[in-house]
Amino acid sequence: MAEKVLMKGNEAIAEAAIRAGCLHYFGYPITPQTELAAYMAKRMPKIEGGVFLQAESEIAAINMVYGVASTGKRVMTSSSSPGVSLKQEGISYIAGADLPALIVNVQRGGPGLGGIQPSQSDYFQAVKGGGHGDYHLIVLTPASVQEMADLTGLAFELADKYRMPAMLLADGTMGQMMEPVELPETAPKLIDKPWAVTGTQMKREHNIVNSLYLVPEKLEKTNIERYERYKLVEENEVRYESFMMDDAEICVAAFGIAARVSRNAVVEARKQGIKVGMIRPITIWPFPKKAFAEAADRVSTFISVELSMGQMIEDIRLATACRKPVELCCRVGGMIPSPDEVLESIKKAAGGNK
Amino acid sequence: MLKHKRITLFCGHYGSGKTNIAVNYALYLKKQGEEVEIADMDIVNPYFRTKDSEKELTGAGVRLISPRFANSNVDLPALPQELYGLFEFKDKCAVLDIGGDDRGAYALGRFTPFILEENNYNNFFVANFYRPLTRTAEQALEVMREIETAGRVPFTGIVNNSNLGEETTAADVEKTYSLADELSSLTGLPVYMTCVKDSLAGEVSGENIFPLKLQAKYYL
Repeated sequence: MAEKVLMKGNEAIAEAAIRAGCLHYFGYPITPQTELAAYMAKRMPKIEGGVFLQAESEIAAINMVYGVASTGKRVMTSSSSPGVSLKQEGISYIAGADLPALIVNVQRGGPGLGGIQPSQSDYFQAVKGGGHGDYHLIVLTPASVQEMADLTGLAFELADKYRMPAMLLADGTMGQMMEPVELPETAPKLIDKPWAVTGTQMKREHNIVNSLYLVPEKLEKTNIERYERYKLVEENEVRYESFMMDDAEICVAAFGIAARVSRNAVVEARKQGIKVGMIRPITIWPFPKKAFAEAADRVSTFISVELSMGQMIEDIRLATACRKPVELCCRVGGMIPSPDEVLESIKKAAGGNK
Repeated sequence: MLKHKRITLFCGHYGSGKTNIAVNYALYLKKQGEEVEIADMDIVNPYFRTKDSEKELTGAGVRLISPRFANSNVDLPALPQELYGLFEFKDKCAVLDIGGDDRGAYALGRFTPFILEENNYNNFFVANFYRPLTRTAEQALEVMREIETAGRVPFTGIVNNSNLGEETTAADVEKTYSLADELSSLTGLPVYMTCVKDSLAGEVSGENIFPLKLQAKYYL
């Protein structure tokens, strides 16, 4: 059969995870990510050693992830916004125990039960620490079904490398959208995990997985060491796409579905003679601070296009030290800004220059 | 032209294109001079709905029966009572869009006795051989059997809807003919039609090509 397959974003994540050597999936169904769990339910039993388990709740699922992660095996869970809120305690524990794992959030409108249509309003939760304590997740934001697959593999690699949980932050559109995908055919890159709890065979000291430190000096030390690792992530793992930025006077910032819409608006604005470009963060933690700081030297205005009431806009202001105004163009509650709405924002910003 | 029955069911793997085909087929029957009703029986995926094509359907004079909460963001898997009318009043054609996989076909079960008793139906298995879990005839057969077990209406034919979305070429479609034929010989069922997006209809070789006007929402 043909090399390309037509996949939903949710399915692409599932298949890419399996190909990345993730043989353990724990989850609980919720629209709009259910196809991911359904795909795992079909595929995992056919793979040697594969485990699909529909847990009794999101909280149970994330704690099963915690358990498998401590053995060093690649493991994941997925949900949508309300379900990811439930998982926050477990995510904090996994971060506190320095374990790699993948959490997928196919976002829908909130707060509360919200709606089932796409949203990006879990940005703060994903990058500012949704659970308690000082910690970060590596957060990747796909903008196509192909990236849903590619970034899933990358998320597992980075999580292993830095011993920290990674999150794929998608949205309902990305999950439901169907596009042709090419899946990786190569064997996954796995690394040694000498810290894993796999049995000593009476040949080494016990490994301990834990996030409880009652001696404050010790707990402070683990936090500081963890932040030294985070610094390495910030230095080495920032990813973004720069589009038509060379001579841009206005910079649109958008990720995921908002970036797809914005790209069309940027192209249309260029046709109308407006010098506009786009920075599309692919990692939102670590945030492409340098790219925005450098852009602030050259552009007059930033426009943050979001499916939220303005969350990423704060990181842009921090990255640019508020040197240039950052406008917001947004729709929320499951609505998506149209290319025309983004174009209007660009025109307004351009008009303000003259 | 394609011979039709009073009742037409479209079942298949989720994402195989059932809703799109059901809408186009209902409009096609209407053009053949039939009175047509179309029913959205998909209680599995609330994201893509027959109701997205409501304007076009009602504009053409096709009556749409869809769950009361369709497109209202309420994720409530309930079927409307008007569905019983489809089997009561036999002077109209009925097109039924069934939910994906065996899970979707369970909803069909409570109407199965009416369908089998009247025995004037086509139940089509919609196959897109570019979808990940139906890439071979054997895999498609497995899904077919699961759906038949859940819905309890025997299939009567195969609809080949193989495509790669907007990128699809005529050659992509033609490459899947051998798979559709293989599924046909495995099941003893005919390939009723091959669906292609309308812009390709003139380019694709083969018999019973059914042009599809794409109904699904596109977000660029």
